[in-house]
Amino acid sequence: MSLVRDTWLVFVRQMTLVLRNPVWVIVGLMQPLYFLLLFGPLLKGLPQVGGANAYQFFVPGLIVQLAMFGTLFVGFALIAELRGGVIERMRVTPVSRLALLLGRSLRDIVQLLFQSVMLVLLALPFGLTVHVADLLLALALVALIALLLSAVSYALALKLRSEDALAPLLNAVSMPVLLLSGILLPMSIGPGWLRTIAKWNPFSWAVDATRALFAGDPGNDNVWKALIILTVLAALSATWAARSFARSVR
Amino acid sequence: MIIETRGLRKSFRARKGTVEAVRGVDLAVSEGEIFGFLGPNGAGKTTTLRMLATLLVPDGGTATVAGVDLRRNPGEVRRRIGYVAQGGGTWDEVTAREELVYQGRLYGLGKAEAAQRAAAAIEAFQLTEFADRHCKTFSGGQRRRVDIALGIIHRPTVVFLDEPTSGLDPQSRAHMWEEVRRLRAEGMTVFLTTHYLEEADALCDRVAIIDHGQIVALDTPAELKREVAGDVVTVGVTGSSAEAAKLLEPQPYVLMLERTATDLRLYVDAGATAIPQVLRTLDGAGIELASIELHRPSLDDVFLARTGRTLRESE
Repeated sequence: MSLVRDTWLVFVRQMTLVLRNPVWVIVGLMQPLYFLLLFGPLLKGLPQVGGANAYQFFVPGLIVQLAMFGTLFVGFALIAELRGGVIERMRVTPVSRLALLLGRSLRDIVQLLFQSVMLVLLALPFGLTVHVADLLLALALVALIALLLSAVSYALALKLRSEDALAPLLNAVSMPVLLLSGILLPMSIGPGWLRTIAKWNPFSWAVDATRALFAGDPGNDNVWKALIILTVLAALSATWAARSFARSVR
Repeated sequence: MIIETRGLRKSFRARKGTVEAVRGVDLAVSEGEIFGFLGPNGAGKTTTLRMLATLLVPDGGTATVAGVDLRRNPGEVRRRIGYVAQGGGTWDEVTAREELVYQGRLYGLGKAEAAQRAAAAIEAFQLTEFADRHCKTFSGGQRRRVDIALGIIHRPTVVFLDEPTSGLDPQSRAHMWEEVRRLRAEGMTVFLTTHYLEEADALCDRVAIIDHGQIVALDTPAELKREVAGDVVTVGVTGSSAEAAKLLEPQPYVLMLERTATDLRLYVDAGATAIPQVLRTLDGAGIELASIELHRPSLDDVFLARTGRTLRESE
């Protein structure tokens, strides 16, 4: 009960901060928009990605990419809050420790869902089509990715407590994960060893699942597999981050 | 006793081995007092304060805060205390009123009650002028008042203030002292850290002096100073100081006398009553006085007596 209430309190405050400085929501959309406008046309000439239907292939990947890069770096804001003393002020109150995390992750999820919907709407003129029910399922995947990666980012931020340490670590991890997810080009055109490695990348499953949904195939095996994989990983990372939050710090 | 600690210890792992920040602190703070924790930077003040405020888990020792065992039930301690960190902790883009309401909500108050408490705090701390401006626009003194208002919105029994006047100009500092006294008048026990001697002296009912993680002295400022030496009256005479010394040495109020060529240093219990007697004695003997000076020991003299160095040189 108090967890739900406290999470809501933290969430509302975090949303207030976002809405008072909404420019970052737009900035977060810029990168996928550049890909849509400047990279998408290149794919049109490639038969492996559907040629004229390239956007049907590419936009689902862009959504996963947006989810990854939109949430992996949220730890930076937490470091700023740690430095500003806000977190310490919260820690002295009886507020639920888990709520401090969940309220923030919820903010990240809401922000990301808004951005994803914006991206889909902007891609519609390029010929993208999707059923509303399939889109909702895809957004559920996006929400799971957001929870998973924001929790990882917060846990790392709490551990490292320095932007200078967090930035290189996140870059070192995010680049191979991006390249091995099949977002830019399908993994199916790659050599066997690369495809094998990609199988171990949960985001490659998420990309395949999202593509299946945008192709109007919600019964595809990749969809339920991705849902299970991401749910388990999100639960694990949220537990890890919650424990970091609860632990007393210097 | 509203705060009681026994053998409180905390060490940190640093690059060069372990740093023992707090090495066995025993404290007893009575209800309703302003208790000061005086010491140089790095003496262990903030670490002790953060342990008592549940922000750090002690490595050893026991403590009860506001009647609750700190290590067994930190959650209940949190409900009963307020804590104001040195740097505060407000978001830039939020108004003071919003922060006050939010803080009340974090302590479990309903919306209406939190709003009512916030309004009362704004009045009590004289924040009306800027309560609806964003926190980033506040001056140092304004910010500090907001921080303290935030720390006591839930009406705690004990409030911990970490260096409440650090970095404030003299006027804001005086204002802050008034606020601290008002908290006590409202029935709160105030536990504050400071590295300002004057502040510990003027504001605190009792002072603990901490150095290298251990308490070296604990009493009222007046008692601490009296224990050191009492007052010193320095008398300068125009003629030979030997004759004056012979006259003053046997006086009952003179505890000890030191003589230089022209000056006498008299150690007395109370300088204010000793001076007229000195004047009378010397006048009666026809000895002409060149100067007379009263030096009352400061807490720095106490610090010097207990640690072998002054607080200022420890900074």
